[in-house]
Amino acid sequence: MAAAPLGTLRECREALDEGRTSSAALVEQSLARAEAHAELRLFVRLRAERARAEAQAADARRASGERRSPLDGIPLAVKDNLVRAGEETTCASRILAGFVSPYTSGVMERLEAAGAISIGTTNMDEFAMGSSTEHSVYGPSRNPWDPARTPGGSSGGSAAAVAAGIVPLAIGSDTGGSIRQPACFCGVVGVKPTYGRVSRWGLVAFASSLDQVGGFGRSAEDAAHLLDAISGHDPRDSTSIPEPAPRCADALDGDVAGLVVGLPREYYGDGIEPGVQGAVREACAQLERAGAKLREVSLPYAEYAVATYYLIATAEASSNLARYDGVRYGHRAQGAHTLSEMYRRTRSEGFGAEVKRRILLGTYVLSAGYYDAYYRKAQQVRTLIRRDFEQAFRGCDVIATPTMPETAFRLGERTEDPLRMYLSDIYTVSANLAGIPGVSLPCGFSQGMPVGLQLLGPPLEEARLLRVADAYQRTTAHHRARPPETQ
Amino acid sequence: MSATLREDVERVAALARLALSEEELSRMARELEAMLGYVAALERVDTRDVPPTAHVVPLATPLRDDTPAPPMDPALALANAPESDGSSFVVPKVIEAEEEG
Repeated sequence: MAAAPLGTLRECREALDEGRTSSAALVEQSLARAEAHAELRLFVRLRAERARAEAQAADARRASGERRSPLDGIPLAVKDNLVRAGEETTCASRILAGFVSPYTSGVMERLEAAGAISIGTTNMDEFAMGSSTEHSVYGPSRNPWDPARTPGGSSGGSAAAVAAGIVPLAIGSDTGGSIRQPACFCGVVGVKPTYGRVSRWGLVAFASSLDQVGGFGRSAEDAAHLLDAISGHDPRDSTSIPEPAPRCADALDGDVAGLVVGLPREYYGDGIEPGVQGAVREACAQLERAGAKLREVSLPYAEYAVATYYLIATAEASSNLARYDGVRYGHRAQGAHTLSEMYRRTRSEGFGAEVKRRILLGTYVLSAGYYDAYYRKAQQVRTLIRRDFEQAFRGCDVIATPTMPETAFRLGERTEDPLRMYLSDIYTVSANLAGIPGVSLPCGFSQGMPVGLQLLGPPLEEARLLRVADAYQRTTAHHRARPPETQ
Repeated sequence: MSATLREDVERVAALARLALSEEELSRMARELEAMLGYVAALERVDTRDVPPTAHVVPLATPLRDDTPAPPMDPALALANAPESDGSSFVVPKVIEAEEEG
């Protein structure tokens, strides 16, 4: 008999506050449920003993009347690309097998300070490169709504762990949609903050100008509390925004009267699954009934976003992943006679096919003779995409789109066709290129699989997005639906 | 697929310190061709006088005081090394024989 699913953050916290449960009991339930759903392959390692010790400490704090934050004593899960001193981080890659970080990431420091308890690290696409969590050295994760389907990626383990009721909250990272897309496919809320809002110190780099840490919850309110715990300036990340982050959880007043919701005409064209189109349109109509105004806006350069993204992301990745050389940490090929042979063999053995593919494309577009035609051109188009959003936000407060043009696809369906896999990121990559915040929230189902509504906002307006998402959830029930086998 | 593209992949793989099998080379060349065909769409965009965006946050270079602080313990820094000796990382010989060059 599997352990019962955990409730939302709010339900867990109320149970703690009323003495109906303890942090130790919540952590046990979380661990038991993770074990019971091992076949979904959502976790790459559990930190059971450490989590139990931290839960005891949290219960002791609570007994003495101390509460560090709304997350104090709450179990959560963390993607396998944020380091923590003394613990293994591998980015689901063979090349980082056995890597034990000498230091702790800014995000994990903040979560520790908030009293949150990580029960384990979650499966992901290797180095966060992928949309399905199939490019993992540990094997693919499965979607709790249908185990034959992907949970999305690259933060697929984190999104699915929340959907399966293993944890109320989870941390992910989003370089081109890697939080919002799995949130959409798993029917949970996912938040990608403004670039610079959350520290990248100790986040293993994929594409440094696009990477941003964020999180998952089952409600907008839960996600707001998680975001509040991890946001804020970190001087060790030179791109961190040097000002305090306003508390998102305080902004959730349920009021969207007069709010202008922009619908980009380029995002509602062909190629969207009818069930997705219908659910997203209905969600917008619901916002309208709640007092918001719908207005068509235009993002003329939207069609170039995927091409721009894959040029910039792979270029940055090829540079960032040059550090994996078998010298200082991670895998080293045995028996090489020279340094350059050791580099080549180490990297060839250590990286999976998708990572090699992206390193090659990135190296190509940065190489002599191609830089201006590809990389510089992409950076210029990136400017035009940013300007599109600046212009659009002069006429609306938030933008609403489908998160994905479809629902979760079947495992194995796209692994032989990388370009097709990339093309499905069409609605998510622009937010990373423009550095703006985005939220995906469940807005219904198409043929039994969750559909996601994406809300995009101007820079630093995470609170506005979560306020709209929360207002929507106050009058709808999609976010309360549970995967069939986990009820 | 053009022979040039396959040569390009070999050249780029050498730059990226990746050794590819014949089969990997063929597959990567095919996939690179598809990607380059797709991203060629950017050629249609008029980017005259458009400045490139490297980072989205308009930041001045952040400065900090030059305050001495203890460095990472060398033992900790070496703890992950596949091979180390005292305070050094050990690697295979750097000077290569003729046939390696």
